[in-house]
Amino acid sequence: MIPPSFEYLTPSNISDAVALLQKHGDEAKILAGGHSLIPAMRLRLAEPGYLIDISGIGGLDYIQEESGQLRIGAMTCEAALEESEIVQSKYPLLLDTAKMIADPSVRNMATVGGNLAHGDPANDHPATMLALRASVVAEGPNGTREIKIDDFFPDFFTTALAEDEILTEIRIPSPPSASGGAYLKIERKVGDYAAAAVACQLNIDSSGSIENIGLGLTNVGSTPIRASSAEELLKGKKPDENMLAEAGRLAAADSEPMEDLRGSAEYKRALVNELTQRAIKLSLQRAEGSR
Amino acid sequence: MSELKTTPEVCGMGHSMKRKEDARFLRGQGKYTDDVVLPGMLHMDIVRSPYAYAKIKSINTDAAMAIPGVHAVITGDVLKQYNLHWMPTLMSDTQMVLPTDTVMYQSQEVAAVIADDRYIAADAVEAVEVEYEPMQAVVDPFKSMQSDAPVLRTDKEGKTDNHIWHWETGDKDSTEKAFQNADVVVKENVYLPRIHVASIETCGCVASFEPAEGKLTVYMTTQAPHAIRTVVALVAGHVGLSEEKIRIISPDIGGGFGGKVPVYPGYVIAIAASVVIGKPVKWVEDRSENLQADSFARDYHMSVELASSSSGKMEALRIKTVADHGYTDAAANPSKYPAGMFSICTGSYDIKNAFTEMDAYYTNKPPGGVAYRCSFRVTEAIHAIERIVDVLAQKLDRDPADLRMQNFIQPEAFPYQSALGWEYDSGDYPRALKLAMDTIGYDDLRKEQAEKRAKGELMGIGLSTFTEVVGAGPSKDFDILGIKMFDSCELRIHPTGKAIARFGTKSQGQGHETTYAQILAEELGIPAAHIQIEEGDTDTAPYGLGTYASRSTPTAGAAAAKAAHKVRDKARKIAAHLLEVSEEDLEWEVGKFYVKGSPEQSKTIQDIAFAAYTNHPQGLEAGLEATHYYDPPNLTFPFGSYICVVDIDPKTAEIKVRRFVAIDDCGNIINPMIVEGQIHGGLTQGLAPAMYEELIYDEDGNILNGNFMDYLLPTAVETPNWETDRTVTPSPHHPLGAKGVAESPTVGAPPAIANAVVDALSHLGVENMDIPITPYKVWQVLKEKGAVA
Repeated sequence: MIPPSFEYLTPSNISDAVALLQKHGDEAKILAGGHSLIPAMRLRLAEPGYLIDISGIGGLDYIQEESGQLRIGAMTCEAALEESEIVQSKYPLLLDTAKMIADPSVRNMATVGGNLAHGDPANDHPATMLALRASVVAEGPNGTREIKIDDFFPDFFTTALAEDEILTEIRIPSPPSASGGAYLKIERKVGDYAAAAVACQLNIDSSGSIENIGLGLTNVGSTPIRASSAEELLKGKKPDENMLAEAGRLAAADSEPMEDLRGSAEYKRALVNELTQRAIKLSLQRAEGSR
Repeated sequence: MSELKTTPEVCGMGHSMKRKEDARFLRGQGKYTDDVVLPGMLHMDIVRSPYAYAKIKSINTDAAMAIPGVHAVITGDVLKQYNLHWMPTLMSDTQMVLPTDTVMYQSQEVAAVIADDRYIAADAVEAVEVEYEPMQAVVDPFKSMQSDAPVLRTDKEGKTDNHIWHWETGDKDSTEKAFQNADVVVKENVYLPRIHVASIETCGCVASFEPAEGKLTVYMTTQAPHAIRTVVALVAGHVGLSEEKIRIISPDIGGGFGGKVPVYPGYVIAIAASVVIGKPVKWVEDRSENLQADSFARDYHMSVELASSSSGKMEALRIKTVADHGYTDAAANPSKYPAGMFSICTGSYDIKNAFTEMDAYYTNKPPGGVAYRCSFRVTEAIHAIERIVDVLAQKLDRDPADLRMQNFIQPEAFPYQSALGWEYDSGDYPRALKLAMDTIGYDDLRKEQAEKRAKGELMGIGLSTFTEVVGAGPSKDFDILGIKMFDSCELRIHPTGKAIARFGTKSQGQGHETTYAQILAEELGIPAAHIQIEEGDTDTAPYGLGTYASRSTPTAGAAAAKAAHKVRDKARKIAAHLLEVSEEDLEWEVGKFYVKGSPEQSKTIQDIAFAAYTNHPQGLEAGLEATHYYDPPNLTFPFGSYICVVDIDPKTAEIKVRRFVAIDDCGNIINPMIVEGQIHGGLTQGLAPAMYEELIYDEDGNILNGNFMDYLLPTAVETPNWETDRTVTPSPHHPLGAKGVAESPTVGAPPAIANAVVDALSHLGVENMDIPITPYKVWQVLKEKGAVA
């Protein structure tokens, strides 16, 4: 990497980091795992004057379940999700996602918080967090606030974080019994962004009907997309093949893909359609299995 | 080769000796060009054009020069003072070193900054202000050939079009007649897109001119250091660089694959900068520069026709090709072969009539036409024939394996004269295909395919039964800039019976330090572990044309054997002296001479080596050395039979390579482990263009995927389990019976994969798909055929 010169700052706690953000404004960038920022700096697409490395701040790297929530520290790396026993036993959607993000060497560095705070609709966690109906915690000069994930991605490469806020934690409601989830992604090669990907989280009642369902779509719009029409269709239903096909069709209609090197908008909609059906089926199987 | 002639201690041919060079590579102790640091060394970075075609109205270097630590900004006008702003290409075309008025492709070099460190150089590159006047680029060769297309090479006086050359070979009339009389004719347009080798190490150099001695030393990522020395002497002779004062050193190289044969402008600018400034100058490309600006491979648009009898006997082949060469023909081919060895396109089949012609055109794209791990355009030729054979099988409703068996050149027909002029040295194609079919269980797979097809599942089986042509080459036909394509070995045996050997080739990962040592061990009985191999320093190594086109074993490997034979001849004289017998009374067995009929009377090669320095016979020179320049009598023709099985998801069109069996025949094998490694690497580099790699340009000549995020290299995840095996059909003319192997799999794999995917879709009426065959492309086909909603 041959970037222009910049100042490298290493605060030891969040309030110092926030103070640095306040001081340097839009000239500063937070460095977490660095796997989006460093490539942009390498290409001189990002030229921050101040790089605030928060990896030295303790206490932001944890995965713990308490008070009906899974709490993930923002600096938790993706590899830690893969290895977490809680995630492995209760959060198949998160486990699927962690296994599909980039490649193992990236996952050792890249963080869950960074994946969200970067605001890239091509990243994988935004859609999975939509499906999981998560929220994030932001810390700024006036303390902390919780932001619902549906409010977190207002626009392309934009988040609800203020310029002087730092994302510190992700909160996911603990799934009820008979829950299942899945993340299915089509990529051109390992480590690529999705041509399209679908995240599904649901739980079923004793009759097998879907009580609640969340569906998130990756990289098929300027923001991560909630497939709300399909969610509404399926809530309270025990879907047959026809209804699944309709859910796929609705999810595809909710997506807003653009043509790029990964394919045409039509192709991406077809992928959303098929992956939605498969993700729901797999989630239903997993929900049955977790009874 | 059936039996080993040497013990594991000696480790001659056939032993899977661990690679000697890996001791340093695996410890991270290889020494590459970028590891070279010289006192006072400066750093160079290059300003590149954002436009594919533009006039340069002005270049303002003031702001860049004002940055502390910047020593110089070199432009085309600066080089023009020394008449170094243009240079000749290997194909007798001309290429800009730096432009004085026009840029011809996006990312072309526009100016170079020389600075104290790499960071200052990069900052200064951003500070160079260039004013461009963009022009409409010509990107498509089919537009370039139109009479109303703008003439791109306005530097060439009298040039009125964008045509570079026409080349043809074969009997046009007999081929035409055979087509007219044929029962069946199939035709297909096959495009092999522009791709780029992706060595782990990019290109670069450290040029160091010492003004006091007038000596230039260049550490450089080159596959052909000796040729480079001569080229520099020819190109820069007029500024006082004469060949004895030029030293090219190729340190360890992290992959070449053909991309490190050409002389790139960056090398020349760095050399010029060092000469002008009088300090060492380092230039190392970054990845995007490597991908966007260095010589490409392929870019052939081929129109392929095959004629046969109704019973499937192939009678004639005709291929007409449009070659996109970018803005200059900077291909790295032997001088007499503008289309390389494309005329191997009759492949493994006995086709009596063949004609092929080609027209090359300029476009606003980077120059080149180098190899991508293949011998001079063989991949293009083999893709054409292996695809069209499948098209014929489909048309005749014949099994593609069966049709191939019917048309193979038969084992007893070797040496075989091909219709396009090659003399194939040896081969047994039916045996290789049969082994491949047995290994993969071909008949069962066809049954499974029929069952799956009935259920709407997509499964395909693809074959590729290719013949390579490597080892350039015999001096009567092969030269580069007039220099004949021999190669060399200089061998010295030390008093204690150890040895050093130097070669005109240059390993880039092929394992020469091991395999050459094994050849010498085989011929002399000196343990390979005690034979030091050196290449790449033109002050010490004998002259040779370098390593590419699988030529090292066919040429320098043979030179090693011949040099060893010369040493043995002298050793016989010394042994006769030591044993007090006549030379004729001595018999050689690996590692020693013994007296006929009395084997207890013997002298080992080590005894003889010691005597050569301590007790040499009167009238014989002291020492034990030999040099051999090997001029091969013919090329070698490795071959193989590959079978690929793919499964395709009928909804998402994802393609899974379920199995891939590769049977290779490269003649006698020096090191089976290295051959196996070469085949695994080569197959993966065949998978890459078959399914992933392509340089994509928009209509303005902007490259759309000039980085590894979008120029897709397969990883271990995408790579299937390669199932490899071999047959051994020795070359009759090579001293070791060897043929060269490194490129066969890159040539053979793409058509096997393409044929498998087309086979999976053939019942929908699909005849051809151009590589790279991606899921998106397959989905489009499924959509077009109404197989997906």
